[in-house]
Amino acid sequence: MRLVKHRLFWPLAALITLVVVNVIANPNFAKITMRDGDLYGNPITILRESTPLMLVALGMTLVIATRGIDLSVGAIMAVSGAVSLTIIDGVSDPNSVPAVLIALVVGVLVALVLGAWNGFLVSVLGIQPIIATLVLMLAGRGAALLITDGKITTVNSEPLAFLANGYLILLPFAFFLWVVAVVVVALIERRTALGMLTEAVGINPEASRLAGVRSRGIVWSAYIASGVLAGIAGLIYAANIKAADANAAGYLIELYAILAVVLGGTSLMGGKFSIAGTVIGVLTVTTLDKTLQFFGVAPAQAPVFFAAVVIVVVLVQSPRVHRWGRSLRVRGRAPAPAPQAAEQADRQKEAVR
Amino acid sequence: MTAVETTPARTGGAKAALVTFSTRHASVLPTFAAIAILIVLLVGAQFQFGNFVSPGNMSALLYDNAHLLILAVGMTFVIVTAGIDLSVGSVMAFTGILGASLLTNGVPVWIAIPAMLVGGALIGLLIGVLVQQFDVQPFIASLAGLFLARGLAFVVSLSSIRIEDPVMDWLRTRFSVGGWYITPTGIIALLTVVVGAVIMHRTRFGRTVYAVGGSEQSARLMGLKVARTKVMVYVISGLCGGLAGLVLTAYSSAGYPRNGIGTELDVIAAVVIGGTLLAGGRGYVLGSLVGVLVFGTINTIISFMGADQSWTHIIVGALLLLFIVVQRAIVARSERGS
Amino acid sequence: MTTDTDVPALVEMRGITISFPGVLALDGVDFFLRPGEVHSLMGENGAGKSTLIKALTGVYAIDAGTITVAGARRSFESTADAQEAGISTVYQEVNLCANLSVGENVMLGHEPRSRGGIDWKAVHEQARGHLTSLGLELDTRSALASHSIAIQQLVAIARAMVLDAKVLILDEPTSSLDRGEVEQLFAVIRDLKEAGVAILFVSHFLDQVYEISDRITVLRNGKLVGEFPIDDLPRDALVTAMIGRELSDLAALSSVADREIPRDGAPVLRVSGLGRKGLLEPADLDVFPGEVVGIAGLLGSGRTELVRLLYGAERADSGTVEIAGESARIHSPRQAMAHGIALSSENRRAEGVVADLTVAENMILGVQAQRGWLRPVPKAERDAIVGEYMEALGVRPADPALPIGNLSGGNQQKVLLARWLATQPELLILDEPTRGIDVGAKADIQRKVAELSAQGLSVIFISSELEEVLRIAQRVVVMRDRRRIGELDSSDVDLDGLIDYIANADEGSVAR
Repeated sequence: MRLVKHRLFWPLAALITLVVVNVIANPNFAKITMRDGDLYGNPITILRESTPLMLVALGMTLVIATRGIDLSVGAIMAVSGAVSLTIIDGVSDPNSVPAVLIALVVGVLVALVLGAWNGFLVSVLGIQPIIATLVLMLAGRGAALLITDGKITTVNSEPLAFLANGYLILLPFAFFLWVVAVVVVALIERRTALGMLTEAVGINPEASRLAGVRSRGIVWSAYIASGVLAGIAGLIYAANIKAADANAAGYLIELYAILAVVLGGTSLMGGKFSIAGTVIGVLTVTTLDKTLQFFGVAPAQAPVFFAAVVIVVVLVQSPRVHRWGRSLRVRGRAPAPAPQAAEQADRQKEAVR
Repeated sequence: MTAVETTPARTGGAKAALVTFSTRHASVLPTFAAIAILIVLLVGAQFQFGNFVSPGNMSALLYDNAHLLILAVGMTFVIVTAGIDLSVGSVMAFTGILGASLLTNGVPVWIAIPAMLVGGALIGLLIGVLVQQFDVQPFIASLAGLFLARGLAFVVSLSSIRIEDPVMDWLRTRFSVGGWYITPTGIIALLTVVVGAVIMHRTRFGRTVYAVGGSEQSARLMGLKVARTKVMVYVISGLCGGLAGLVLTAYSSAGYPRNGIGTELDVIAAVVIGGTLLAGGRGYVLGSLVGVLVFGTINTIISFMGADQSWTHIIVGALLLLFIVVQRAIVARSERGS
Repeated sequence: MTTDTDVPALVEMRGITISFPGVLALDGVDFFLRPGEVHSLMGENGAGKSTLIKALTGVYAIDAGTITVAGARRSFESTADAQEAGISTVYQEVNLCANLSVGENVMLGHEPRSRGGIDWKAVHEQARGHLTSLGLELDTRSALASHSIAIQQLVAIARAMVLDAKVLILDEPTSSLDRGEVEQLFAVIRDLKEAGVAILFVSHFLDQVYEISDRITVLRNGKLVGEFPIDDLPRDALVTAMIGRELSDLAALSSVADREIPRDGAPVLRVSGLGRKGLLEPADLDVFPGEVVGIAGLLGSGRTELVRLLYGAERADSGTVEIAGESARIHSPRQAMAHGIALSSENRRAEGVVADLTVAENMILGVQAQRGWLRPVPKAERDAIVGEYMEALGVRPADPALPIGNLSGGNQQKVLLARWLATQPELLILDEPTRGIDVGAKADIQRKVAELSAQGLSVIFISSELEEVLRIAQRVVVMRDRRRIGELDSSDVDLDGLIDYIANADEGSVAR
């Protein structure tokens, strides 16, 4: 019972169920082989291909914890990829490691600036997060297209390709990258007080203000983190296709990232967040994607299934469904006009007085 | 009993008239700003290129953007209730490919076209029910709609379907007067604007849309039918998505499942530039017409300049930001005022 | 004038019971409203006034009891149902749509229509008619937001007239109006009364209640105290009825109010002329080291506003604050904390607890906020703080890892008290720290406050329970109608004296 109550129980159960269904349907699904001292196979591919979504979802988790949302992550991915690959394309030796490194750092810095811009609009100007990040979502992709001159910039660079396809001790480099990102973010959030203060601001901004929490900096930092992580994700994506494709990079990734975060048990209403939950959520999304491919669904048709998942998840979180669940259990009177919500509204009204 | 407040207009004078205007119509100002921007764009382009404001060019503005205009009308309803509908581009693609597929499979056009409209409206209904009955944020609910419609578009067909149908061909016939022309698709778009404006302005439903956007709680306490209205606006937006699918399919004489990717953002931008407040409660269908024309004009200017089309989104993004910041200031001022 | 009790009631509410999870908001309350009377509904916070009103306007469903309007049994499912039965409500925070025109707000949902849809000319004509009948000459096409709150209230009443209301509920309509605006509103109310409308009036302002009402019904803790003709209920009887007497086992607590406080040194806090338009008229307040200053007054008297201004939770537009003799600029809670001030808000749920965080996290939130995110409170220190206060305040269940939302109100309040004590303030402000909590927790908190002040902590203590204030505070500042009306030494005054002072004292009189 304790186990069932753990907040990661249901996300993990969903992931495991998904894997089990796959293995039963096709035993090859979980097969891992060893080639040239490296591991290959479907599970490894899932770990590797999860990287961009993992990074983006990680940032999105922090933003959602502050009661916000970042729609611009896909556009930021396009920009960082475009910036870095244009630089690499311009240098004499695209295989030079220092040159590639500088290009990558510049790409990430640009992403940082874009994240800071979002944070400024939200935390300083007080614009609704959806709207504030919509601006960059719209303009960012255009800017990326300008940087690449509207073309798909292809680059043959060994160090760059390594980012997405290289191997380090048995496993893909990209896998290690997201593990490191997850660990770093988890350490920053949980070893300092940032995580707790972020949750406090997300759950009850007014109580936090009265307790002296400086919410502006906290909210701002979440958008910066989201920007940086999206920037890195953009580089991985570009490295994987060896090209900067400003139209396709990060297309719809904001939606998948939100889905992954919600699947991981973090509420869209902000507050308590779970990084481990997001990791599980991302692996679930990627596995579901692979599963659909395995069952012969065209990638383009996959959104139908994701739509179904989104609807189920939001319904499970919906207060009304919770009430139904409660009234079924308690068999009490049907609470006609949402007494709880009404009572809460009441107390809020009382607060205004 | 004494009169407690006199009407400023009755004291006479230009200044008083201005005061009256501003107390009555402050919410129209953003739309006027959009009209001003449109005029500046047109005049500037005319000076720059000499032949910009030509009958052909102006007619093309309506012809090329008819689908956007229809979507913008539906989106205006949603945004005025302080909601948002991200699904419109995908719904347009889905209904477009659905119609194309039905027609090529020999389904008569008088069944295919209603099927497109119903398809769009059903997705809108799903979003509306999620928003109203299950308290799902409009953003998330319409996101589910976006996924669903986009996926369904590809379920219908993975590639584009060319159509040859007399009715669809007729929809893009050009009726010309001098250099000017208009197509049935353009007429449909303009009719949508007119019908939308009449519903918004002259029906109780339309006024409830504004009341909900002004304050949902007040609207409920005033005894208005809030729940029905909130569901209906998404149905209307979905219906407009279906209609836009029809118009775009006729325009390109093909259904294409990749149509309208990112169109929802263009539409939202056009609606906001047209003077509709994203926070809800203020906005005009006619303003959205202006917004779409601004969007289309920027597009045309950029292709005249031979510049990269991606500039359109950057400029529209910048305009969007400008309008949002100004709106934020207006809202902040009216909050202080009350 | 007073209406005759024999007139059959227009609205009869009998045995109304409404419960929320964990709270019995209304417990078998009877309420009668007669045509042509102004009937005030009185009670402190949590007494059940708004719940009763919401039952009558169809916002809440009732669990038990009956509502009869004009002789017909009614069960309201929504506000629309109640309006149809002729019941209209004007709320404190003007529930109209500020984005629409005056005329439209009056007519919304009842617009006259012609073939081409809504006939706007007729809309504005009819709206103007309704407004004129209330003595209002307004440009009906002007935006509602361009008018003052007072005018907006009157527009809301005009709307009620469109609905042909037989019952008009005015829920704190005057709380943001100035004197002249109130007069204007009262003139309209009197006209409506003459026309036979039954008016339910709610206000925190005693003067207004006595000026306009014919009858008063008092609620306390969800129960009916009684219905009284206005002439049979003098002010102090009303205050007593609203506040009641607390349970005797608390009174056994040793009183600290008699403690001598040396007031010749520098005060910890000196506030002069602190105020904000529409919120609080400029007020003074001194607090000396080790002193407990009580603030007494009814809800809405300005007691909460005073401390919020002082704490920087709200911006003041006049006045100065001196801390330990030095002038201090306090524009945010953070700055107040830096000056050693802590404020525990009256609204535990909205402004106090961070529901999903644990008890321990809630306790250290204030300390952590002061240090910034980069310097987390080390685990050992955190455990020490949490352990100390769990023990000292007797938080139950004694599990610091539980989400605070799972605790009872009293224990949540203890955790919040711990949050503020952990910041080691010089001045602790407690706004209604004992409201809605059980007797045991109440005694624990009172004991702790007494103990801390004996150790030298200065405290400002706000409570609706006057006995509590008299027992804990050495000095009591009395407020009414957003003004400070005076102060009393608590050893010189008993409960009845304080009630009388709150109810009747003239402004500026000093009872010391």
